Amino acid sequence: MPKLIKDGAFIENKWHLFDKETDVEAINSINDGNYIVPLKLWLDNKELFSKKTVDIGIWLDSDESPLSLEADVNDFSVIALNFPIFRDGRSFSHAAILRQQLNFKEDLRAIGDVQRDQLSYMLSCGFSSFLVPEEANEEVLLAGFHDFSENYQSTVAKPTPLFRRR
Amino acid sequence: MYIYDEYDHKMLEERIIQYRDQTQRYLDGKLSDEQFLPLRLQNGLYIQRLAPMIRVAVPYGLLSSTQLRKLASIARDYDKGYAHLSTRQNIQYNWPKLEQVPDLLAELAEVSMHAIQTSGNCIRNTTTDQFAGSAKNEIEDSRPWCEIIRQWSTFHPEFAYLPRKFKIAVCGTEIDQAATQVHDIGLYLLKNDQGEIGFKVLVGGGLGRTPLIGQVICEYLPWQHLLTYLDAIMRVYNMEGRRDNKYKARIKILVKELGIDAFREKVEAQWQFSKGNQATLTEAEVNRCKSFFSTPDFEQLPDEDEVINAALQSDLLFKNWVDRNVAPHKQAGYCIVTLCIKDIGAAPGDVTDRQMEFVADLAERYSFSELRVTHEQNLTLADVRIKDLYEIYKACKTESLATPYLGLLNDIVCCPGGDFCSLANAKSIPIAEAIQRRFNDFDRLNNIGDITLNISGCMNACGHHHVGNIGIIGVDKKGAEFYQVALGGDAGREAKLAKILGPSFSQEEIPDVIEKIIQIYLDERQHNEKFIDAYERLGMEPFKEKVYAKAD
Repeated sequence: MPKLIKDGAFIENKWHLFDKETDVEAINSINDGNYIVPLKLWLDNKELFSKKTVDIGIWLDSDESPLSLEADVNDFSVIALNFPIFRDGRSFSHAAILRQQLNFKEDLRAIGDVQRDQLSYMLSCGFSSFLVPEEANEEVLLAGFHDFSENYQSTVAKPTPLFRRR
Repeated sequence: MYIYDEYDHKMLEERIIQYRDQTQRYLDGKLSDEQFLPLRLQNGLYIQRLAPMIRVAVPYGLLSSTQLRKLASIARDYDKGYAHLSTRQNIQYNWPKLEQVPDLLAELAEVSMHAIQTSGNCIRNTTTDQFAGSAKNEIEDSRPWCEIIRQWSTFHPEFAYLPRKFKIAVCGTEIDQAATQVHDIGLYLLKNDQGEIGFKVLVGGGLGRTPLIGQVICEYLPWQHLLTYLDAIMRVYNMEGRRDNKYKARIKILVKELGIDAFREKVEAQWQFSKGNQATLTEAEVNRCKSFFSTPDFEQLPDEDEVINAALQSDLLFKNWVDRNVAPHKQAGYCIVTLCIKDIGAAPGDVTDRQMEFVADLAERYSFSELRVTHEQNLTLADVRIKDLYEIYKACKTESLATPYLGLLNDIVCCPGGDFCSLANAKSIPIAEAIQRRFNDFDRLNNIGDITLNISGCMNACGHHHVGNIGIIGVDKKGAEFYQVALGGDAGREAKLAKILGPSFSQEEIPDVIEKIIQIYLDERQHNEKFIDAYERLGMEPFKEKVYAKAD
């Protein structure tokens, strides 16, 4: 089971992640719990999901724009953005758009190829939780949030750029 | 020049700690080659044909004497006693050891230098005209704006994993020496009718496999909005630039495929969310950055100097050097001196540790302790008293740095090529040397006059061959090294891309080919027509005819 980091600590991951191949049958069978479902599955079965009492989050792949959600994003308690490979940087911009343009206030999760050396940039772009491989070294990963104590730019995490503070 | 404060120093220290840890994890086998690759590239480290290569950032080409002395000592301690000036105004070392790089970076940090984002798919070193701040008829000094962009682009969390590399140039001078139009983003400083500073913004220029001239996305961007507008362009590119094919991943392909109008609409749509937000530049910040580039303490001097005038009369070689390598300055009694780093026998742009120390002393003594690396791979002293010229010339002669070839055929721009670079199809340095030897006569070169000759060892175009009046590119033909020749490129304000002359040539044929091209020009030119103007008038045909004529 992959491990979850939130607020600088490892926490219990109660969210089950449905992959892209998941079909509608799987939704029918769920009754309780927390599920993160792929964008398309949700878009195609909105009605069905609305009747469920389970907690639903949604995940977007790096080639799916958050603008395609067609819903109030704050209806989701988790939105997850996938990094199919760590060097695919699209989800950094998608995270910023969710926070800055769609005003998403809930938990924004990085999933997929999430590694230590991208964590501080993810945090700056508005991610608030991070799904990492089970075998990952916890100490090494947590250190990744503290590579830099400051940045020059206006970011989601710190909108006032350094030049307005120095 | 810009002086680091505690914030800049802290970030640099943290970067070295971060990279030292990354290197250690790699050496311990905890990071794979694939994982380590972008991390080391974003610290300028390539694994090359013979050894690693590290590219040190020289922000917008500006160096202090202290920094250059440090670069010289690094050349001695980590390299084989020399360094290479790149076409991105940076400095490269070809022989560092991977495990020593964190120490090398720590030494650089002692003089506020680094190798951050000098490679990799991120925003690279911002470049500008080497005469910035000193040129006559300057519209606006580009250096403070370059520094603002440097800070904005450094460790930008959203744009560290772009589809491909990203290069920005800023130009505020009348003559563009920064190749602004062949950058991913080109920024021309200009003033509106009210005299307010802004930028004409070009996007989608670039060289490489698909050379393109940038297109105007914004005719006048008020300075306050520079960073939010750049963010908007970058965001559109980061999300929509192609990631399936690295040869189609540069922003120029996206702009070309969408068309500039559709691309502009997307940028504007992003920009409406950020325009006017906290990233909007303030007058205080601009003034803070400008304060680092204030006018030096110039003396009041006459336009001309009698002693120098006498030397120009008596020493013809000195006169040749002054005619070619010295440019007018905005301040009376001052001039801009460029040392041509194209001595035959050394690779274009290669400087030894000793030469670096010599130039550092020269800059300290004669040019307010500052100098600039040019994108033509030369070194410029931008604020020199005219009365010191003869002394400078005589001193340079002793270090093989008084070559009077600036802007002439032998002032060749050339990438390291197949001798060093693992990307190259062919060698480039021996080609440059063969041409230089063929034309090594000042009177002959001077008669040919202003011309640019650029050589790249492959289509990645580090030698900017697409914008050379004559461009040479190494190609692989069934495992053998061949060279294509192109004519008519221009990197200036009227930027043009060179066109291929015809089938490629072997290494041995190149000097003859260049000679034939030059001969056509000399035969056909009218009055003082420059090579590029004659080419524009004549077209490709006469050159093609002569070069490919069968000997009978």
